[in-house]
Amino acid sequence: MSDLAKLPVAERNRRYWQENLRLISILLVIWFAVSYLPVPFVEALNNIVIAGFPLGYYMGSQGSLIVFVVEIFYYAYAMNKLDAKYGLSDRDR
Amino acid sequence: MSASAQSQSVFRNRMARYYGYFTIGFIGVSLLMLLLEVFAGLPTQVIGWIFLLLTMALYATIGILSRTKALDEYYVAGRNVPAVFNGMATGADWMSAASFISMAGTLWLLGYDGLAYIMGWTGGYVLLALLFAPYLRKFGQYTIPDFVGARFGGNTARVVAAICAIIVSLTYVTAQVVGVGLIMQRFVGVDYTIGVILGLSGVLVCSFLGGMKAVTWTQVAQYIILIIAYLIPVTALSIQLTGFPLPQLSYGQALQRIQVLEQEQGLSRTTESPVVPGKFITSGYIPPFNEGLSNAAAVDAVRQINTQFGWSLTPPAAQAIPDAKKPELGDWRGTPWNFLALMACLMLGTAGLPHILIRFYTVPSVRESRLSVGWSLFFIFLLYFTAPAYAAFSRWQILENVVGKQISELPGWTKTWASNGLIVIRDLKAVDGVEIGKEPGWVKNLINAKTITIEDANGNGKIDLGPWEDIGDGKARAGEISGAATFLTKARVDGILQLNELGRATADGIDGDLVVLSTPDIAGLPFTIGALIAAGGLAAALSTADGLLVVIASAIAHDIYFRTINPKASLNTRIMLGKSMIVVAAVIAALLAIPRLALIAQMVAWAFSMAAATFFPVVLLGIFWKRANGPGAIAGMIGGLGVTLFYMFNNYMNPAFNVLGISHLGSGIFGLPVAIILIVVVSLLTKEPSKETQELVENLRNPITDDEGMTKMIDKVATAK
Repeated sequence: MSDLAKLPVAERNRRYWQENLRLISILLVIWFAVSYLPVPFVEALNNIVIAGFPLGYYMGSQGSLIVFVVEIFYYAYAMNKLDAKYGLSDRDR
Repeated sequence: MSASAQSQSVFRNRMARYYGYFTIGFIGVSLLMLLLEVFAGLPTQVIGWIFLLLTMALYATIGILSRTKALDEYYVAGRNVPAVFNGMATGADWMSAASFISMAGTLWLLGYDGLAYIMGWTGGYVLLALLFAPYLRKFGQYTIPDFVGARFGGNTARVVAAICAIIVSLTYVTAQVVGVGLIMQRFVGVDYTIGVILGLSGVLVCSFLGGMKAVTWTQVAQYIILIIAYLIPVTALSIQLTGFPLPQLSYGQALQRIQVLEQEQGLSRTTESPVVPGKFITSGYIPPFNEGLSNAAAVDAVRQINTQFGWSLTPPAAQAIPDAKKPELGDWRGTPWNFLALMACLMLGTAGLPHILIRFYTVPSVRESRLSVGWSLFFIFLLYFTAPAYAAFSRWQILENVVGKQISELPGWTKTWASNGLIVIRDLKAVDGVEIGKEPGWVKNLINAKTITIEDANGNGKIDLGPWEDIGDGKARAGEISGAATFLTKARVDGILQLNELGRATADGIDGDLVVLSTPDIAGLPFTIGALIAAGGLAAALSTADGLLVVIASAIAHDIYFRTINPKASLNTRIMLGKSMIVVAAVIAALLAIPRLALIAQMVAWAFSMAAATFFPVVLLGIFWKRANGPGAIAGMIGGLGVTLFYMFNNYMNPAFNVLGISHLGSGIFGLPVAIILIVVVSLLTKEPSKETQELVENLRNPITDDEGMTKMIDKVATAK
């Protein structure tokens, strides 16, 4: 068990929640950047063609989706680590 | 590893084995059908029936095996569904007849603009994973109104939430039932109404007997069927056209060909906006934002309601933007606002739909709930990642081999589909020499609508086509047919198929649903593959209907009856009421589905905007802002819904009412900020939530699953009030 798990409960929960919020914010910024951000620039992006795919069209049809899936699995992975770090893991039940 | 974790992993492995056998068995049966069809000439009607009966019997068997009288199993599948299976169940729950049949068609018709649906219906899962799922699992009760009631102290908030859940789910389930009826009609050849009843009884056997437990394990099987059915035809087409078995990677070639063919056929054009000088709009599959606004759907919907029910509502005056006569209304084509608003509403609505949210009550722990959202999106992704390939291959083939060809030289499958009435080739050359009075239905429709007139000048009783000529006054003539020059163009009588001449009995333009349904025919695959697609579409519609019926039944039996009217009700009464409400909801959905109103599909699209402006902000602030209180939540839900409905109704009836060219489908974008502001302001103006409520929120954020502790805490909050 790490030192963080031995903090007073209120302090430990506060720090755990802060770290969680930071992670959520970063992932939401990426989520926004791959889905909303390319939309106004789609015509410019379409001039870049990779393997037949105009990039602007590709971001909407597949590119952003791949990032979504990876993000969610990463969050699950990172939160499991965070839980363990603060001694809050479901596994220890 | 603890004992419970060990028994969980044993359970997971056992289920994985069962569903592994099931998948192999299903593929085996399909192959057997294929062989029987190709070598023994098994009639197509028989194949359709075998697929239908086999899959329905399977769902019923799972329902019977999972029958239960335990409340926990009935409402939340005993909370022991492993993450990966909950992912499949969520996938089937989520992907409706619309995703399975219509998604690719929407992309086919709208090109880039259709991608708002692809990103919207997947991006919402990121919000679900980051903001909702772990906390709702920690909360661990039965329904979403349960959460609203416990968090926002009291029955008013709970009942408002329950009514919202019922309205949203009932429109949604009605659309599924319509889908079931249509698929049955098309592939088994039964009457639409009989199809509805047959399909619903399949749903009922399952959800009535076993509630959420049966629904969950049926949905897993339905997911497997639907994804196999979706991937096979397009993979075969990809191999034929590109020699590469992964359509998801190879359709770039199709996109390139589409652009070339559109150039050649004059479908890709850059034209100056009729109302904004100097602004150019490019049409075509790849260029974005070229849809205008119109109220044609509202006009049709009102007319249809009038004929169905014998009412005499006045339809709104037809209106479309851009309108050269009213330049002050602007031309919103070429701007991304409508796309962005629609995508945002679909994402936020996805994260706020009750039948998806409750799926995360069924996993064993908070930890599993996070992983489960990942699996859910992965399984959904398999279909959504493939839909653009379906659309692109189909559009390529139609532009290459169908459009621009002489009607007499069309590929065989188009003739089959035309003879079944699934597509109509609307070139008037087809009626040259046909006896007057024996015209096909679509020509009769045109005559009735006075778009064209036929005058038997030579008195031989037949329609004789002549050379096309402009006769002035906005009219044109081709031999004995004359009509409005806007419709009766030269191309309309030349015997060469144009893209817009590929249409339906009532209108030009293909029905988007045909894209998925016709792919096996385009690829020249046997009928068995078509029957497989029907089974997949049916699985998609039934699984979604199942999940929704559980939401409706629990909102009535649990939230309204048990929690609000009679908290002393016995366990037995609660189960019995839950079961009877499933039947009631199914019957109401069937009655709503039988008139087949176009308005229903529209209402499903609206459900996302409504959920985005009600459930989303309330649940979000409930978890992330301790100061949010009951009056704030109620004000937010009502205000958000009110603003959304106001914009929706006004823009639907009259597109001149718009902000930045955003259509009624994206109206939640206006309701959401209003809801958030109301929750914040009203909460700050009224009393802080009780200490117990704040402790409850604090506890939601602690990831250690503790269902008993949580239930005690919720009771404490309720009594402290």
